[in-house]
Amino acid sequence: MSTEHISNNESFESLEVQAYQREVRRNLLLSTPALIVLFCAASGPLLIMLVFSFLTAGDYGGVKWQFSTEAWFQVAFYRDIFDETVSIANAHVSIFWRSIKLSFLTTLVAFVLGFPTAYFIATRPPETRSLWLFLVTIPFWTNLLIRTFAILEIIRNQGLVNTVLITLGVIDQPLDMLYTDIAILLGMTYVYIPLMILPIYASMERLDFRLVEAAYDLYATRWQVLARVILPLVKPGVVAGSILVFIPSLGAYVTPRILGGGKHLMIGNLIELQFGQGRNWPLGAALSLTLLVIVMGALMVYVRSAQKEGSGHGH
Amino acid sequence: MVTNSRPFSIKRMPGFSLLALACFFALYMPLAPLVFYSFNAGNNIALWEGLSLRWYVAAWENDLVQSAAIRSVVVAVIASVVATSLATMAALGTTRTRPYRGQTSIYAMVNQPLMVPEIVTAVALLILFALIKESTGYHGYAYLVSAHTAFCIPFAYLPIRARLEGMDRVLEAAAADLYATPWRTFTKVTLPLLLPGILAGAMLAFVISLDDVVITEFVKSAGQDTLPTYMLGQLRRTITPEINAISTVLLGVSVVMVAIIFFLSRKKT
Repeated sequence: MSTEHISNNESFESLEVQAYQREVRRNLLLSTPALIVLFCAASGPLLIMLVFSFLTAGDYGGVKWQFSTEAWFQVAFYRDIFDETVSIANAHVSIFWRSIKLSFLTTLVAFVLGFPTAYFIATRPPETRSLWLFLVTIPFWTNLLIRTFAILEIIRNQGLVNTVLITLGVIDQPLDMLYTDIAILLGMTYVYIPLMILPIYASMERLDFRLVEAAYDLYATRWQVLARVILPLVKPGVVAGSILVFIPSLGAYVTPRILGGGKHLMIGNLIELQFGQGRNWPLGAALSLTLLVIVMGALMVYVRSAQKEGSGHGH
Repeated sequence: MVTNSRPFSIKRMPGFSLLALACFFALYMPLAPLVFYSFNAGNNIALWEGLSLRWYVAAWENDLVQSAAIRSVVVAVIASVVATSLATMAALGTTRTRPYRGQTSIYAMVNQPLMVPEIVTAVALLILFALIKESTGYHGYAYLVSAHTAFCIPFAYLPIRARLEGMDRVLEAAAADLYATPWRTFTKVTLPLLLPGILAGAMLAFVISLDDVVITEFVKSAGQDTLPTYMLGQLRRTITPEINAISTVLLGVSVVMVAIIFFLSRKKT
């Protein structure tokens, strides 16, 4: 903390500029250690991955240090090893499509369930509100693996859902839910729904219900109030929640691995495959960067809409 | 609306409460069988054979579980302590200050682990660490600890920053007026006021590190399983209630931690 002493010695200097420069220097100095760690173990490795995506795959994993664009080619195309004919890499395209489809559906289901839940919490009296909020927070901070495992246990053939349905006589054979896209959708919705509820609640909490009252005074129906007053006012929360659900869903690895059973892969599993059995590190790197680009695109849309909201209303 | 039997309430939306309660039910219902079968006396997670603590004992006496648990806690403690110290400094350097060039870049970089999908970071680290392992031959815990520290930083940073933003400069100015040195002002005024934020940040970082599966799975060397990666490996085999027992304990730890964080962040000044 030597900077503190220096600033003490010089604290009577009234030159505004010097004080400002000292403040900036202090701020940068304070931030540097965190930035170094983040650069070494978070941002920097991404650059190395970019380099790796342009190398040649080694025979037993790893890479040969030869420039090649083959990995990027392989992301979307498939080259036959015998006659060199090129076709679209159907496996990759279908995995990307499944990931985008499932992430989109997860976001949709999470919204349909999460919006009323956030509304419910926001309209509770202040004393009980934090308790409801607490109930949403607990699953959120519970290990993702445990929550996925819990879903695995209840949708198995002898699991709770099938047992209840059979006991009630709804079905006589257990439904094969495990290792399907539905299982992954269910698991991801379960795991990520708190990420939808919490931001919507944060917007809803600041909602001025006098506006709702005004709308009713002007003979608006419930549906009109919901669609034309409440929804536009909490839109920032809805957009934030959707992004927070969509992004981890798209990059999901654990949930599809456990609930998809190795048959229904998502992008995350496809990437892992290249570092395991696939032994194609450059392709793995290129696939990771493709995923990163899609995610950054989604974030950009979010930032764009957040800025528009910000200039429209002002907090 | 005149026909409505209930008094008209502007806050009521038909069906919303029902959906919300269904949602809360769905959030907790799947955890019930998980906890329930951890007390099963039988070998199976579907067939109930009576109440027993045998799987807790089995997990406790399993050397692999024991060493994985210790490893998890040690990594989480080191990572959260280092991450929280760095995050506190970074928060002091980016909050309650006149705007300066690079401030937004620092903010973006601190939060970067939150934006990049975990699998991407995991793979990038795998590549980097493979290069380092190849050239140095070092296979120790530094990889795991540094990776955990990095992704814990934003989780520690955000509550500290939030706390700092809500803090008035008046008390610090008063301390300075009373001839306290900047260092003394910091340790006697700023730090105690900031403490709830720091504690909340440290605990979040601890929970995040303790729960991490993906990055650990890719970064760990042979024999460096943490509790979550051990469980992930076990899920491939025949599942015994031992997994339920470990899950229940971890669930308990999470609930206690969240309750404490919740309490800390609600407490004003």
